[in-house]
Amino acid sequence: MIEFHGVSKRFADGTLAVDDFSLLIPSRKTTVLVGSSGCGKTTLLRMINRMVDPTSGYVDIDGDGIAAMPPVSLRRSIGYVMQNSGLLPHRKVIDNVATVPLLTGVPKKEAHARALELLDTVGLDRSLADRYPSQLSGGQQQRVGVARGLAVNPNILLMDEPFGAVDPIVRADLQHELIRLQRDLDKTVVFVTHDIDEAFLLGDQVVILQVGAHIEQQGAPSDILANPANEFVADFVGSARGKRRLMVDETADSRGDDLVLIDGAGYPAGVVDAPGGVLPGAGSSPKSRSISNKTDQAGDA
Amino acid sequence: MLFLEALAFIVDPANLLGEKGILPRLVDHLLYTGLSLGVALLIGIPVGLIIGHTGKGKNLVIALTGSFRALPTFGLLLFIILFTGLGLWPLVFVLAVLAIPPIIAGAYSGLDSVNRETIDSARAIGMTEWQILGKVEIPLALPLILGGIRSATLQIIATATIAGYVGLTGLGRFLIEGLAYHDYTIAFAGAILVAALALAADGLLALVQKLVVPPGVSRGSARTTHRSRWNFRPAVSTGTHITGG
Repeated sequence: MIEFHGVSKRFADGTLAVDDFSLLIPSRKTTVLVGSSGCGKTTLLRMINRMVDPTSGYVDIDGDGIAAMPPVSLRRSIGYVMQNSGLLPHRKVIDNVATVPLLTGVPKKEAHARALELLDTVGLDRSLADRYPSQLSGGQQQRVGVARGLAVNPNILLMDEPFGAVDPIVRADLQHELIRLQRDLDKTVVFVTHDIDEAFLLGDQVVILQVGAHIEQQGAPSDILANPANEFVADFVGSARGKRRLMVDETADSRGDDLVLIDGAGYPAGVVDAPGGVLPGAGSSPKSRSISNKTDQAGDA
Repeated sequence: MLFLEALAFIVDPANLLGEKGILPRLVDHLLYTGLSLGVALLIGIPVGLIIGHTGKGKNLVIALTGSFRALPTFGLLLFIILFTGLGLWPLVFVLAVLAIPPIIAGAYSGLDSVNRETIDSARAIGMTEWQILGKVEIPLALPLILGGIRSATLQIIATATIAGYVGLTGLGRFLIEGLAYHDYTIAFAGAILVAALALAADGLLALVQKLVVPPGVSRGSARTTHRSRWNFRPAVSTGTHITGG
């Protein structure tokens, strides 16, 4: 459990990036901080591993104030995955994954064995272990980044727009991989993104932020979709423009067992099971995610 | 022909050994070079690394290195000798002063060329500042750091010829004696020797520089990340300090 208590951050140049922010991030759940660039979401994330220290207020992890913890050992106990992977270009994949265990004195053999297992975990072939980061695709680099973040088996995994720089197909692939991983590993994941679809896909709790890290709304994706707190949120999640409101396309010629769903603008957004052309029971499932406009796409370039 | 005569002088075994032979003077020349380079490295590398790692004092160093480079080495040497008398250390001092700016510049711009995101992520996963410096910044900056050392070495080798004017030896003695006795064959032979030594050192360091390009960082990608602000390659003009001095 991570708790922000009235945290503010004013940078040396005078900008108030975070203004009196309080939030409880539950353990073993994925919390997504979402907002436009400059809303302070990355600053919040970096406060958790003391890459940024708050100007006022404080952050707790499981009730212990992190301000008293030495930054280096705190960072080593928390996984960190960033955009563009941040891998060390002069080290092989396996050494990148094993970086932190090797720093903390784990014997090389052991660290490498664990690193190979982690490559399996993130769905990378072990034959890539001896490559250098520049020899990998963007998606593969991000997977290595995730493997490195998991190397010390941390309870907390911080992810700063980790899939922001890869193409949409690979991104969808990585997102589903993360969902699978999270199901298996049960980490406290704090995920930062500007992509609301990504936030709804991955987050158990989604926190929508405005400039200064002001919380506009927080809650489960379905709550936010069903009850946007204000115009800003409605606009941000797209429901104001009818993008989220899906309806069966009556004009489409459905020969199979699926009906096409269209959004408010009339664009096809997905399909829904409808055996024999009939929608299943009236009790509409809250799992809006299963009929979201995401399409599962395989294949990592 | 002067050039052939000079070559003949160089290859003549009679001129190799003995008090005024090529070999002892070459050894002395290398000794001055090595000592001066050592002193320059001891000062220049730490200063360059500190500035590169912290990003502080950048402007100061640009101003200082610029003005240091403008110092006339021979004039500085004579000025110091007025106070200290003849000896090895005044020479080592002025040659080090000459060599420190390119070394600082190389170390600083080497670190400056390392991707900020790479450093940020190294810090975020829990590397100490020393580990960031030793395991990330220096390995990635090594080609540029060596570039600075390479250019410093060339300047020292070329300029160490002034040792001959202040009671020391080195290859510069051939130039001085040749000019003094109007024996231009010897002077020319000296110039050739200094140039050859500079080229040999440059070739050797160029090779080392290639070898230390970190694996996984191709020359191409290394080039795109370089934001070098200094030009390290000085014009290697072995004769200018003599004729100018």
